[in-house]
Amino acid sequence: MSNQAILQIKTLYKHFPVAHTVKDRLARRPHQVVHAVDGVSFDVARGEILALVGESGSGKTTVGMNILGLQVPTRGQILFDGHNIADWAKGRLRPDGSPEDLGKLSRRRQIMALHRRAQMVFQDPYESLNPRQRIFDIVAEPLEIHGLVSNREEKQARVRAALEDSGLVPADHFWNRYPDELSGGQRQRVVIAGALVLEPELLIADEPVSMLDVSIRAEILTLLQNLRLAHGITILYTTHDLATAGYFTDRMAVMYLGRIVEIGPTIEVLKAPCHPYTQALVSVAPVPNPRKRRKRMILQGEVPNPIQVPPGCRFHPRCPLAEERCKQSDPPFVEVTQNHKAACLLL
Amino acid sequence: MSVLDVRDLTIQYLTEQGDALLAVEGVSFSLEQGRSLGLVGESGCGKTTVMLSLLRLLPEAGRITRGQILFNGQDLLQISEREMRAIRWNGISMVFQGAMNALNPVRTVESQIIEAIQHPDMKINSQQAVLRAGELLELVGIPAKRGKQYPHQFSGGMKQRAVIAMALACNPSVLIADEPTTALDVMIQAQIIELLETLQKELNLALVIVTHDLGVVAEMCDEVLVMYGGTLAEYANSDTIFNDPRHPYTQRLLRAFPDIAEPGSELASIPGSPPRLDDLPPGCRFQPRCQFGEEQPICVQQRPDSIEIAPGHRTACHLIAELER
Repeated sequence: MSNQAILQIKTLYKHFPVAHTVKDRLARRPHQVVHAVDGVSFDVARGEILALVGESGSGKTTVGMNILGLQVPTRGQILFDGHNIADWAKGRLRPDGSPEDLGKLSRRRQIMALHRRAQMVFQDPYESLNPRQRIFDIVAEPLEIHGLVSNREEKQARVRAALEDSGLVPADHFWNRYPDELSGGQRQRVVIAGALVLEPELLIADEPVSMLDVSIRAEILTLLQNLRLAHGITILYTTHDLATAGYFTDRMAVMYLGRIVEIGPTIEVLKAPCHPYTQALVSVAPVPNPRKRRKRMILQGEVPNPIQVPPGCRFHPRCPLAEERCKQSDPPFVEVTQNHKAACLLL
Repeated sequence: MSVLDVRDLTIQYLTEQGDALLAVEGVSFSLEQGRSLGLVGESGCGKTTVMLSLLRLLPEAGRITRGQILFNGQDLLQISEREMRAIRWNGISMVFQGAMNALNPVRTVESQIIEAIQHPDMKINSQQAVLRAGELLELVGIPAKRGKQYPHQFSGGMKQRAVIAMALACNPSVLIADEPTTALDVMIQAQIIELLETLQKELNLALVIVTHDLGVVAEMCDEVLVMYGGTLAEYANSDTIFNDPRHPYTQRLLRAFPDIAEPGSELASIPGSPPRLDDLPPGCRFQPRCQFGEEQPICVQQRPDSIEIAPGHRTACHLIAELER
């Protein structure tokens, strides 16, 4: 793995204001915010596949949205290849000149420049394709938006390459069809081709297989893995499924209530989880073998409301090991082994 | 005696053009009281069709053309709709896929459970019904007083619990759950698995879990029926299916499923896709995707019958004897 980080997230915060009603105002209630992402830091090396795992409401999708400039961070920095995305997203001038001199561009142009290099694959292949557009046009659209091709031959060549890289071979067999003529797995390949056609350096895959059947799931995961091998693409894979993440990612970051609680090499995190939350998640993940049934460490209730974040360690109300001190102080990261960190006072 | 005994079940769907599509062919299994069966297979393999036929709730175009469904020895295919109504919900009950999202948003959860309790055959007054609804909610781990709330005040996990409570309203002996954990978060999924296990023990339920998640089946089922293209591929106890599978499809399916206990291991997808009902291969339905059946004339031409290769272990593959060697 190269040491150069393509993505650096530095104490990222994203808070969403809660609607302040007349009633709240009369009762003099303070303005409230949803702490969707609450101080997240991590780096992703070029060519690395990082899994961002967590339950719904943990903030993993919000992190992805902020990286792509689709939302503006409340605080903190996101550096993509050394450039601050937050500034791009706000349309603010950057102090240093980038290769394309992004600072001089309008906000829209800046975001587009970012999207040429960082793309997203969404969860639902049934809803993310326009049913009235042919596959060719769906995949070619990003090229047109970014004005990257000047003639038909060039466009065809790039669409063909993207479709074939995504496993739709031969491309001309598919490109005149409409999405409803394709299976779920093939549609997800089209979605991936639409992202690949720009030849991005970073791919954010948000639960790309959770809607798919077992066998197709394996195909798509293998495809993502091959993209890294063939093109050196960096992938941020967000999921709630530890088992699929365990299969093809290099490192894993576990999120709980807007924070990362544990981060380290995937195999190490799954085989020797340190944070009680990760331990619980690993213990309840179904194992496809009755001989390997484990004792489940079931956490009661659900992820608390991110408006009122518990004081101290935010996991303490559900933590089976919680002690008095966990209610008071916010645990810092402790290095367990090299590259493996967890935020728990009991470590 | 088995509480549920399905023999040679064959179901067709009639198309608008009048063609008959074979959705399920020759599926047999049995289930004893207090045991659990996992029904697994890819989308479109006929697992939901089989389950709906147990309750005689197939869509209008569906016809059961052959076979028997014996519930406590009585053939459900021979009785009148009136008699069937006495068995539906009281004898065999079902948690439908996505039922938690189908709760009525403008009625309290309690009133929706009461609706299930006040089944025409259950002589029960409204006061008793309210008490019973409370009991049912407590049974699935929801405080009875929360029954007065509306579905939007419930979290996803609680809605799923409420739907399970509803299915248990009339004390069924068989509970069918179609994808009960799909679309739930990991931790909630574990809570629901634990709940179903507890209920199964406490109420001595015969439980049928329909799912594509092999992990869930391995966690909670005693027996497993693997379906492919509307037919039985392999049927055995759970330990055999996961540790000594014989049918090439079962073997491939297991290798396509990531195992969290073995992170970093290889995953192998199954090339091709499941057969379409209007284009079924003439021989073994798995033959076009099977690594062993490619060149074998018997696999291309003839449907394999399911044979018992060991006590309680049945599989439908022509090459089973050869693969053994």
